[in-house]
Amino acid sequence: MNETIVTYLKQFEFVSRGYAGLSPHMATLVSVIIFGIFAFVIVNVCAIIGGLGTYAERKISADMQMRIGPNRVGPYGILQFLADGVKMIMKEDTVPRDCDRFLFFIAPFFCLVGVFATLAVLPFSNGFILTDLNIGVFYLLGVASMVGMGVFLGGYSSNSKWSMLGGMRGASQIISYEIPVTISILSIVLLTGSLSLRDMANAQTGFPTGWYIFHNPFTFIGFFIFFIGILAETNRAPFDLPEAESELVSGYNTEYSGMRFAFFALAEYVEVFVVCSLASVLFLGGFKVPFDIGGNTIIGQLLQVGTFFGKAFLLYYVVIWVRWTLPRLRVDQLMTVCWKYLTPIALFNLVGCAFWMYFFDGKSILTLLLQTGAAAAGGHH
Amino acid sequence: MSQNFDVYIPVVLLMGFAIIIIIGALIVGRFIRPHHPTELKQTAYECGELPVGSAWSFFNVRFYVVGLIFIIFDVESALMFPVVTVFKELNSIGKGGIVLVEILIFLAVLVSGVAYCWRKGDLDWVKSFQNTVGNKIKK
Repeated sequence: MNETIVTYLKQFEFVSRGYAGLSPHMATLVSVIIFGIFAFVIVNVCAIIGGLGTYAERKISADMQMRIGPNRVGPYGILQFLADGVKMIMKEDTVPRDCDRFLFFIAPFFCLVGVFATLAVLPFSNGFILTDLNIGVFYLLGVASMVGMGVFLGGYSSNSKWSMLGGMRGASQIISYEIPVTISILSIVLLTGSLSLRDMANAQTGFPTGWYIFHNPFTFIGFFIFFIGILAETNRAPFDLPEAESELVSGYNTEYSGMRFAFFALAEYVEVFVVCSLASVLFLGGFKVPFDIGGNTIIGQLLQVGTFFGKAFLLYYVVIWVRWTLPRLRVDQLMTVCWKYLTPIALFNLVGCAFWMYFFDGKSILTLLLQTGAAAAGGHH
Repeated sequence: MSQNFDVYIPVVLLMGFAIIIIIGALIVGRFIRPHHPTELKQTAYECGELPVGSAWSFFNVRFYVVGLIFIIFDVESALMFPVVTVFKELNSIGKGGIVLVEILIFLAVLVSGVAYCWRKGDLDWVKSFQNTVGNKIKK
């Protein structure tokens, strides 16, 4: 069932009455306007989250290294990202003379378009989802891989050795880690029986007992494989080889300056938010609130949005925490981790999940334990 | 009919926003940022040295075989998505066994392929040292 923000709004009396009086063409136009407004809001919110991500990164790293961090612009330096944005836009836009100009100019587009397109299917709440495509997670994986293309094009087109090495590393890393991530997602699709992200969240409950991470031992391992995989997919430490600042200057974006560089950074930080929320939807119950408080009313939806963002930000914090805890891997270690550990384990997990579904009819391990407990107690009486 | 395409409107809109943001920021920036290109400023950055040669030279990218395995796995996962999606539905009517066997056969072929590559050493970043000079001297 394809449902969008418009279908959600139509359940309110005044919206559906307004729609009833419109001709089909006008109705489509009104839908486009509604979509436009909500897409605008989501893009802005996520861009601000990306900006605050850079602030959080610096502030948390400062905390972990017993420094103060940015504290001049606004209260606690929270407006630092706006100052950075203004600075970036006023910087000279240098373009290397020998670069492939066309590819150099379109590389940031690939990154930002790929990241923003993923926002369409993120289920912020049961109703507040821009469009609940029936191929949701498949679509998300597809458009997210455009980012990898942007990274590689940026590295290749600059005609600088640092960029070239960074782009090559980025390409190899992103395609390699896509395999364990995809296979971990497949096991969740197996449990849900649907590709729509909202169905996946709705198949879980508001309490951790009903989350997919605790569904069976295989999904528990699957979550960690997925999390390691997304760290590598988004070029985050300890997998930040494409932009390893101590080896490759700045990696694939060495030759980019000013606003063009800002778009790479923005795309990266928004992508981290997107994959964190994806992890929370797939494994940690997404927007589900305990007891379904509020239900389909506006208050209930706002609670769900809050839950969704809370979980996503918690994972975002973990991602930053990991960055300042673990040292960077070597390239050969990176490849070994992916192909010799994560991929075989992920394949084993998928088979395990399939067997679990087949033998236990999709019940979670907790339900099974309670059932056997109840059966044993019944046997005593 | 139009309902089917309606759900893809936000996708187009979001992609459009991304493009508009980039172009808009670059055009706005054009009026406020300085523009003083010099010969040295426009050379590729190599830590202050003048760049030697082009970056577009031949070098061993190492993961050629990994790229091939990736394509196989990607096609595999694309084919697996519909299979695992219908698994729950078919399982509830007692036909899950067929899907399970299909998944197993499919994965068995793949796993044997990966095992072959692993055995052959294509997954190692540093290929085997048997034919290198240093190893011969050691012997």
